[in-house]
Amino acid sequence: MVEQGTFRVKAGLAEMQKGGVIMDVTTPEQAKIAEEAGAVAVMALERVPADIRAAGGVARMAHPDIITKIMDVSTIPVMAKARIGHFVEAKILEALGVDYIDESEVLTPADEDFHINKTEFTVPFVCGARNLGEALRRIGEGAAMIRTKGEPGTGNVVEAVRHIRMVMSEIRKLVNTPDDELMTFAKNIAAPFELVREVKRLGRLPVVNFAAGGIATPADAALMMQLGCDGIFVGSGIFKSKNPKAMAKAIVDATLHYDDPKALAEISKGIDDAMPGLEISTIGQGERMQERGW
Amino acid sequence: MHLKIGVLCVQGAVREHVISLNRCGVEVVSVKREEQFEDLDGLIIPGGESTTIGKLLERFGLGACIIRMISEGKPVYGTCAGMILLAKRVEGRDQHLLEQMDITVARNAFGRQRESFEIPLSIPCLGEEPYCAVFIRAPLITETGENVEPLAYCNGELVAARQGNLLVSAFHPELTDDIRMHRYFVGMVENFKNKYSGC
Repeated sequence: MVEQGTFRVKAGLAEMQKGGVIMDVTTPEQAKIAEEAGAVAVMALERVPADIRAAGGVARMAHPDIITKIMDVSTIPVMAKARIGHFVEAKILEALGVDYIDESEVLTPADEDFHINKTEFTVPFVCGARNLGEALRRIGEGAAMIRTKGEPGTGNVVEAVRHIRMVMSEIRKLVNTPDDELMTFAKNIAAPFELVREVKRLGRLPVVNFAAGGIATPADAALMMQLGCDGIFVGSGIFKSKNPKAMAKAIVDATLHYDDPKALAEISKGIDDAMPGLEISTIGQGERMQERGW
Repeated sequence: MHLKIGVLCVQGAVREHVISLNRCGVEVVSVKREEQFEDLDGLIIPGGESTTIGKLLERFGLGACIIRMISEGKPVYGTCAGMILLAKRVEGRDQHLLEQMDITVARNAFGRQRESFEIPLSIPCLGEEPYCAVFIRAPLITETGENVEPLAYCNGELVAARQGNLLVSAFHPELTDDIRMHRYFVGMVENFKNKYSGC
């Protein structure tokens, strides 16, 4: 019997993306540049996070025309973002045939209490997380892939580093927690007990965990890989840099050779200026995208 | 017999193949630098994005290492993206391939991710028990040369095949606990090494 949309099939696509770079694109031309550079997927958007941040107002799902145009030219998977809690935007994206939905804090949340029930979909979801509890709550809702939230659109990797370090450190603590203390561990991080048990057994998240939110250079990408991420999302970092083609290729190469400083030095030579960065303390607490969702 | 099998670690489901091969009791190494290919007895090219893996193989000169292994008679197994890379022809696309196996493949032949599926298949070379095959944006084989032996069909379409020391499957054996496909491949590597050490 044929079964579609099983968790294995959903999480399986994310497994196939490991070690790769997923790039934000807003036009078919950018999608081609990303694919040519060696991206494993593209995220179809109306605006990259840096522009969303600058524009202010309410950021919503991209227009279907933009998404379908990008799907038409791409041989690699195409992802798209829905607002947190906006299950109708997500249903529309599924109907359009996107390969992965990002329930994303980059867009203005549609629901401040409830995330989307992702088990109701055939298409897989990726969600952001700042710590183990948040990651497991999203997986509990059906997410088949996790990424750090970081602070999108800043070109500043510090928050992404904070988030992956937090997740990895909590996993190390969990692995060393005796079984009779697991329920309290689960309670303290507000995570589903069965998933806490599974993380202890595996020694890692039960799904793929990518870096996102502030990666702007090949060195940033390699840093996140060395800290234990399975792959890289680059949002504004490619098409807000001076030479997007060279930057895209360099970040792909750096994600492959993340543990080889000599190779990284060579890779970093050929690129122009990265995107302008933003110091996190200059962003008001209420304007930090990572605070969206729970 | 001690066997050392590599898993191409450019991008994709490397970890899962390493786990499955470990369960077969062979030495496993992830390989992404030229010198790492030298003492391998066999290689798996995992699932991932075939355009990405193809570009990176070309960019870093690793395609030549794989082709050399194949010409020495060493067994190579390509799953999903790996199958596309081993094929001589891909329908309607111009992408970097290793062009080693006399098959034509169609990419994303079953549709997009929402059409991805799992299904029990009958695979005679693995025994009678049905095999749970996981297809993710999977390709299939649309044409075969005369030296290609068909191994498995899904709804009448060819999804696994062998040509001498080359093994391919459109599905992902690394995503299930069933290691019969890996055992079958390890058997190919063992036979090769037996023959080689007999010379």
